[in-house]
Amino acid sequence: MGESPVSRIIKAYRDPAIAKLICNRITELVKTLVKKEKKEIIKIMHVCGTHEHTITYYGIRDVLPETIKLIAGPGCPVCIVPAREIDEAVKIALEHDALVLSYGDMYRVPGSKMSLANARSMGGNVQVVYGFRDAVEKSRKTKGKAVFFAVGFETTQPTIASYVALNKIPPNMSILVSHRLTVPAVKYILKQPDIPLDGIIAPGHVSTITGAGAWSFIAEDCGLPVVVTGFEPIDVLLAVMDLLEMLVKGKPKIVNEYSRAVSWNGNVRAKEYILKVFKVVDADWRGIGVLPESGLALRETYSSIDARKIFNIRIDRWIDVKPGCRCPDIILGRAEPTDCPMFLRACTPEKPLGACMVSSEGTCAIWAKYGGYRRNVSIRDQ
Amino acid sequence: MCLGVPGVVIEIEENTAVVDFDGIRLRVDTFLVPDVRPGDFVIVHAGSIIAKLSEEEAMEVISAWRELLAALGGESV
Ligand code: SF4
Repeated sequence: MGESPVSRIIKAYRDPAIAKLICNRITELVKTLVKKEKKEIIKIMHVCGTHEHTITYYGIRDVLPETIKLIAGPGCPVCIVPAREIDEAVKIALEHDALVLSYGDMYRVPGSKMSLANARSMGGNVQVVYGFRDAVEKSRKTKGKAVFFAVGFETTQPTIASYVALNKIPPNMSILVSHRLTVPAVKYILKQPDIPLDGIIAPGHVSTITGAGAWSFIAEDCGLPVVVTGFEPIDVLLAVMDLLEMLVKGKPKIVNEYSRAVSWNGNVRAKEYILKVFKVVDADWRGIGVLPESGLALRETYSSIDARKIFNIRIDRWIDVKPGCRCPDIILGRAEPTDCPMFLRACTPEKPLGACMVSSEGTCAIWAKYGGYRRNVSIRDQ
Repeated sequence: MCLGVPGVVIEIEENTAVVDFDGIRLRVDTFLVPDVRPGDFVIVHAGSIIAKLSEEEAMEVISAWRELLAALGGESV
C-alpha cells in the first residue's frame, strides 16, 4: 500500500528543513521590526484550542525569537459555556429523568455545584457521544426523553442544524443549545484597550465553515494582519512569518495559508443550515459577561425540540468562576496559565478548579500536559 | 472539540461515508459536503465531514514557500 495523502501532507508540513528556513526568515523580520518600529514585543493571538495544542506540543514558542508572544485567545468552546447552562443540563439529568447526551469534553466541566459526570454518579442518566449522529442513535434507542447538550463553535453547529433542517430529530429528542460564535468574540477582544495585539491567527477548522472572508474585518476595520492557517507546525510558523511580513510592510491584509481546506466563502451549505435553524443572540461567556451577537438559539419554528422550552428550567444564580481562578483572563488573552498562582499547585488536570484545566482544549490543561511555559518555568520549579 | 481529523473516504451510503483515519474506520455524516466520493481526502469534525482537503493545493503552497525561502536565504529584509 502506498502512502496515504494524509501522511504525505503531514510529512511536508512537519519538514524540519523548511521549518528552519521559516525560522530564519522570522528572525530577520523580527530584527527589522525591532529596529524600524522600535517594537519590544510582538503579540500574536490565535483563537483555537488545536492551535494551542500544536504550538505547545511542538514547542513553537521556544523556537521563536523572545520578542514574539503567542497568546491563546477564546479557542476552547467548552471552557466558555456559562456554569448556568451546565446547571441546566445537570438539572434535566437529575430532576427530569431524561437522558442527557454530551460531548466527552463537556462531561467533566464543572457547573455551579457539579459537572455532568458528577450528575451521573448521583444516578443521573448521562452518556457521552462522539458526534451528533451518535446522539441521534442513542436517543432512538431510549424510551424516555433525550436531550443533546449542544456546545461548540461554528464547526459543530452545522451538523446539528442539518439534522434539524432535514427533520431527522427523533420525536423524544430535544436540544439544549449552548453554541457560541468565534467571530464576535474576536471582535470584542480587538476592542479591549488592555489587550494590545499585533496580529491574529484565525482558526483553521472554524474557517472551513465561515470562510476566510469572515475574518477580513480584522484587516479592514482594525488594521491588523490576519492569517488563516492549519494545524501542523509548519502551518503555524508560516502564519507567524506572514504576519511579520505584513507588519514590516505596514500593509495589514488577510492571508489564507490553509487553502487546502478553507475557501473565501467557506461551506455555504453548512452556513445555510445554521441560518435556517438558529438565530443569532447576545450571549454570555463563562466569567466574561454578555458579548453582543455571540450566541445561537433555536428559531421559534423549532420550539418543539428546544429543551429550554420543554423542561422550562430557570436557573437564577450560578457560579462561573471559583475564587482565584483566572480562566476568564486566560480566555481573553489577558493572562497565561502561569500567571495563575493555582496553576499546577491547587489546580491540576486530576483536580481541576476551572474549566480551562478540564477540557483537552483548555489552555491550562494543554500547558499542564505539555509545558509551553519555558519563559515562565519558574512557577512550577520554584 | 475543534479537533478536525483528516481522513480518506472509503465508501458512501446514503448520507454517510466510511472514512479511514490511518487504519481506523468510522461512519460519519455527509450532510455538509454531500458531493464527496470514495478516495476523497476530507476533514471530519465530531462525526461529520466539514470540508474536502486538496492535496494538490497543500503541496503547491509548501513547494512555493520552499523555493521562495531558499531564494531569500542569503538576503536581508
Ligand atoms: S490554572 Fe486552574 S485555577 Fe488557574 S486559571 Fe487555570 S483553570 Fe483556573
